[in-house]
Amino acid sequence: MSTMLHLINKSPFDRNSLDSCLRLAKAGSVVLLIEDGVYAAMGKAAYADAVKTRMEDLTFYVLGPDVSARGLDDTSLIDGINVVDYSGFVDLVVEHEVAQSWL
Amino acid sequence: MEPWEEEGPEVVKRFMYVNRKAPYGTIYALECLEVVLIAAAFDQDVSVVFVDDGVCQLKKNQDTTGIGMKNFSNTYRALDDYDVEKIYVEQESLDARGLTEEDLIIPVEVVAAENLAEIMANQDVVISS
Repeated sequence: MSTMLHLINKSPFDRNSLDSCLRLAKAGSVVLLIEDGVYAAMGKAAYADAVKTRMEDLTFYVLGPDVSARGLDDTSLIDGINVVDYSGFVDLVVEHEVAQSWL
Repeated sequence: MEPWEEEGPEVVKRFMYVNRKAPYGTIYALECLEVVLIAAAFDQDVSVVFVDDGVCQLKKNQDTTGIGMKNFSNTYRALDDYDVEKIYVEQESLDARGLTEEDLIIPVEVVAAENLAEIMANQDVVISS
């Protein structure tokens, strides 16, 4: 069984999709934050601890263009989160048999 | 006299625009900014408030070239030209996101929720988006 790719596109401050994903994602899964979901990757934000806790058993990615659009950069993100571009996004989708969008 | 003529042109109403959404995930932020700039032409008492994810609208260094959307963050600088000078940002919303006043693209008045509640309660019209 291959690992699952979890996609989150909503701010954790606005919706509970990050909370639900962090609660239900199986160890070894991959989480990709896109659109307003990238706010979950802000290093000094209230959700940083929740994300850091799951970084022990999940791998986190953010979509770079969405990070830049929102005025964020590598220095404002949680250490250890991987930044991908659109082709990296495509690679992640191809690498995982199942992709779940937390709408 | 029509109902809308009851108040003379000298009456100035207090309008508050409350921004609660992040800038690019939805169209609310851009639409509200445009409404504020239009409303500013009518010589009313205009306040603009940023709370919750709305504070992210004012984050410095936005670069939207990668997502193919218009970067409207510089347009907030025009608020001053339109004499919109009452711009409030809630302290608690900044804190929750690890942001400070220095992260914002325009000068604002950072206010605690308690004080913002007071300002909000004194408005004639409140439009939230």
